[in-house]
Amino acid sequence: MKKILGILGLLIFICVVTALMSDRFLTQFNIENLIRRTALFGIISIGAAFVIITSGIDLSIGSVICLIGCLVPHLLIEYELTMATTLAIVGGISLLIGLTHGLLVTKMKLQPFIVTLCGLLIYRGVTRGFVQDQTQGFKGGFENLRVLSQGELAIPGTEFGIPNPFLILLAVAIVSAVFLNFTVYGRYLLALGRNEDAARYSGINTDRMIILAYVICGLLSGLGGLLFVLDVGSAQPVDFGNFYELYAIAAAVLGGCSLRGGEGTIIGVVIGAAVMQVLKNSITLIDAIPTNIEFAVIGVVILGGVTADELIKRFHAKRLANRLKNAG
Amino acid sequence: MNPSNVETSAGTSPLEIKNITKRFSGVTALSSVNLSVAKGEVHAVIGENGAGKSTLMKILAGVQPPDSGTISLDGELVTIPNVQAALDLGIALIHQELNLADNLEVAANIFLGREPTKFGLIDSKTIRKRSQEYLAKVGLDIEPNVKVSELTIGLQQLVEIAKALSVNARILIMDEPTSSLSQRETDALFEVIRDLKQQGVSIIYISHRLTEIKELADRVTVLRDGENAGSLQRNEITHDSMVKLMVGRDIDQFYAHKAKTAGDAVLQLDRVRTATWPQHEMSFEIRGGEIVGVAGLVGAGRTELLETIFGLTPAVSGSVAVDGKVLKLSNNRDAIKAGIALVPEDRKSAGLILDAGVRGNIGLPSLWRHRIARAFANRGKEKSISADMIAEMKIKTPNDGQLVKYLSGGNQQKVVIGKWLSMSPRVLLLDEPTRGVDVGAKQEIYRLMEELAEQGVAVLFVSSELEEVISMSDRALVMHEGRLAGELSRAELSEESIMQLATGTKLTANI
Repeated sequence: MKKILGILGLLIFICVVTALMSDRFLTQFNIENLIRRTALFGIISIGAAFVIITSGIDLSIGSVICLIGCLVPHLLIEYELTMATTLAIVGGISLLIGLTHGLLVTKMKLQPFIVTLCGLLIYRGVTRGFVQDQTQGFKGGFENLRVLSQGELAIPGTEFGIPNPFLILLAVAIVSAVFLNFTVYGRYLLALGRNEDAARYSGINTDRMIILAYVICGLLSGLGGLLFVLDVGSAQPVDFGNFYELYAIAAAVLGGCSLRGGEGTIIGVVIGAAVMQVLKNSITLIDAIPTNIEFAVIGVVILGGVTADELIKRFHAKRLANRLKNAG
Repeated sequence: MNPSNVETSAGTSPLEIKNITKRFSGVTALSSVNLSVAKGEVHAVIGENGAGKSTLMKILAGVQPPDSGTISLDGELVTIPNVQAALDLGIALIHQELNLADNLEVAANIFLGREPTKFGLIDSKTIRKRSQEYLAKVGLDIEPNVKVSELTIGLQQLVEIAKALSVNARILIMDEPTSSLSQRETDALFEVIRDLKQQGVSIIYISHRLTEIKELADRVTVLRDGENAGSLQRNEITHDSMVKLMVGRDIDQFYAHKAKTAGDAVLQLDRVRTATWPQHEMSFEIRGGEIVGVAGLVGAGRTELLETIFGLTPAVSGSVAVDGKVLKLSNNRDAIKAGIALVPEDRKSAGLILDAGVRGNIGLPSLWRHRIARAFANRGKEKSISADMIAEMKIKTPNDGQLVKYLSGGNQQKVVIGKWLSMSPRVLLLDEPTRGVDVGAKQEIYRLMEELAEQGVAVLFVSSELEEVISMSDRALVMHEGRLAGELSRAELSEESIMQLATGTKLTANI
């Protein structure tokens, strides 16, 4: 809870500073765009969080986004498949990717870092080969599908609307939070993330739970890829989704997940994703910050955030100690 | 039995600790503790878990500084800010969990961090040659170029001592050195300790095993709740006197199990071959209400036997049956469903989630059984189960959310037992249930085993403490190198009869 308040404070702080320094921040266009981007990244960050909670990692998220993002327009335009067939195919591929990662990690006992690093290379290479490095787009069509990402739910009586991806994120986040906190399976995930052996000795099918986490991550990456390409309208296989896994992992860690596993909340991860997007946005909007140092700023803020978190933890421990000392 | 008297003849005590106080997070771990160790003395420091033994030793070894108090060596005041300073002063700590790099050879470990060099490169030849001297001092007849990983735990312990000697340690602190040694290895270690005494090395010996202390110690200092509870001279050291000082009251150290008529066979093994020792078949049965001990040396296959029954490493062939029903054991979930529970040997890595609370740990195995609408965790049930177990097991914890890592060893073990008790098992397997557990908690664990047996549960426990096997078992199975070497009835149980079977000097034909 404290962790969530901390990251929420950081989010509000960045928003206030940016609003003060740029009059473009609080415009309708900017806010809606920000919410849309946050939603898209929030979805893939939740996927990353599930894997991180098992003390694993998924580095292939960006490449899966590239693969699905290119495949969707490619299948629709080049192969002229129906929408339903296309969605079924990309859904199946996402699931299969997660399943493969999970099986390799559990049954073959390969390290998650290696498995998904190879995934990162393979899916991008395969995509580039398959579409021959050609940019894939909807050629102005498929408006009814693109509404998923571009449309919004108008708020009656105002000019504002809630971007559809945010509604999707809301659904994903609620289901994920309920799953993680209230079901037996979620409890198993948290338990095995902290100590896999003890979980196994307690009769938990740890392999199956870990595989499930990678499948969830694969599916959410695929959903991310679909929504991203619907949002942008086209995908360039060379760099579509580049580094997105790192944004997702950073958001999860900012949101309270420990890479050692067994820790994390969905709401924290979503706020973490928002921090990343608002930060990027403020770098663009604030003229004093040159845009080309974007990565450096993001890096510094994340490092600052996790360091502050650690310092606060120590401060609390020390204060508790002093209180006990004085009492005793 | 006097309260610890301050040594007046400082000259005979190279190590003199006075009024050491140490607090952690406000909790007083040590309060004005005194300890003096004479040259060539084996000085045992005992106390229940949490009594402050480890803290005192860490202060001596420079792992952490005291808040106040003095340490003097040969009459001179010293400060020990870090481990290196302790080594320079000739104080070496041999930790419970060995600190050897087991991927390196023995000689490299002995000289780790201060390797002699030749032209800037490590001079392996000199290292090996000089290692041999130190290995000889601890009576180890091994090549210095063997990898540490190829040695048994007992031999590794001796390497650790050789390493300490190589830095001219005059004061050796041994923290539970025999906790994972077999009887034979323990004997060898004692031989070395006596030899070191002759050479003038002082040894501070920390152990829960009072029998060993009776055999070995010249003096005993007892700590209780971070304070000196008293000290005993050689002629005063008895089992009872030590226990009395440790717990501050009289108790019987061992619960004598009451033999009674057992019920029908609950657990039956028929020609079971384990994956580790597939060449041997094992068949036996345990009746409801029976407590059966499994004795044997470390590495005799006792843990493997329990893990096979629990389905963690399925049997290669043969069958396991509970209440007459043959089980299909492909993993431990099948065993748990059939009512088998295992309290594993290593509670920290296999028994508990240290970073989770008491409730979370106790509730874990029964989450599935009590789930709501097929998938949801029943939090109310979890809370009530953990409350029941905290009361039943007398777990000392401020609340049910307390992280298990902050509990003492005894209370941690009670949490492990509690989590399985909540499953109402038919068969309870316990692997070294009282290892690293203080006297008070031991009693609780014995009482529990007894109660469960009375309720008709079949109890099978592995223990390396012979006294425990003798006092708690209705009968005992003795293992030797992966096979059942024999079975002893309660009347036949004695240290000699067990050791004969365990060491393979005698085999009974009927198994």
